[in-house]
Amino acid sequence: MTAECPECAGDVKFKEAPMLHELVRCGECGAELEVVALDPIKLDLAPTEEEDWGE
Amino acid sequence: MSLQNMKIAIICSLVRPEEKQLIEAFARYNVPTEVHDDRSLIFDLDNLSFWKQYDVVVERCVSQSRAQYVQRIMKLAGVRTVNTNEVIENCGDKFITTQLLLQNGVPTTKVLMAFTPESAMQAIEQMGYPCVLKPVVGSWGRGVVRVNDRDAAEAVVNLRDELGGYQQHVYYVQELVKKPGRDIRSFVIGDECVAAIYRTSQHWITNTHLGGKASNCPVTPELAKISIGAAKAVGGGIVAVDLFEDPERGLLVNEVNHTMEFRNSVPATGVDIPGKMVEWIVAQK
Repeated sequence: MTAECPECAGDVKFKEAPMLHELVRCGECGAELEVVALDPIKLDLAPTEEEDWGE
Repeated sequence: MSLQNMKIAIICSLVRPEEKQLIEAFARYNVPTEVHDDRSLIFDLDNLSFWKQYDVVVERCVSQSRAQYVQRIMKLAGVRTVNTNEVIENCGDKFITTQLLLQNGVPTTKVLMAFTPESAMQAIEQMGYPCVLKPVVGSWGRGVVRVNDRDAAEAVVNLRDELGGYQQHVYYVQELVKKPGRDIRSFVIGDECVAAIYRTSQHWITNTHLGGKASNCPVTPELAKISIGAAKAVGGGIVAVDLFEDPERGLLVNEVNHTMEFRNSVPATGVDIPGKMVEWIVAQK
């Protein structure tokens, strides 16, 4: 399974089916991506960190 | 009720490694889960019947404000949550955490509070250099600065004074503990300290989010006692406790985290932290 990185257009490979909204990283450009659709897998840039994000 | 008949909702902002491991752990225990993205939710406060179908709502929002509102909305719906809104509010503000630690006799760091640039400068001078200035709300080391001298103090206090947002004008001045290049994060689930890691870094901030390396830390009786004490002080549940090793005073609690991250800690400790979370969640009535 692969999907196109929206940042560099490289192939992001998946060993197993991802979950919707899962965070993944592009192996080519390092961009942090969010799985926004599953069939077919579609990726978008992950949201950027906001002021109140944390644990 | 059998586990298969339980209805669990997980509300999250993104499926990070922690949420994925938690969802997979529920599946291993044959507990079905439904995942809700907090970015797409609309809550009708007059009609929360949809949420009443769940036995438990596990709140895993990455945003503290969303977490607080989600927890309070679930309280309004009468649905049990992990953690409770009180825990989120107690952990989400560093002053409140410190207040509760001190009230409950849990060893913690020395802190001075001030509300104006002038009194903040006096507090920093009173604490002595180097010390640490933290925003009362924030995580992942954001806005946490080490103040080495008066010039640095004036720079950061003036900057905070210029920034919008009233919380920037609350000055939480903390002693800089002489820690041995590492701190400790312990994981408390209910009444048990299930695991702990050392977080080691060349940088004075050892947060793994900022590159600190995780390795196993034995859960000694002393570590378990102070960790459980800190967890109970903020309301219990599932929390991660950050501690310093002071050469003279021993373990001191730095912070308590309400939506704990554990992606680096499972391989470091060999402890199935998400599995233990699930065991505790389904065992609560």
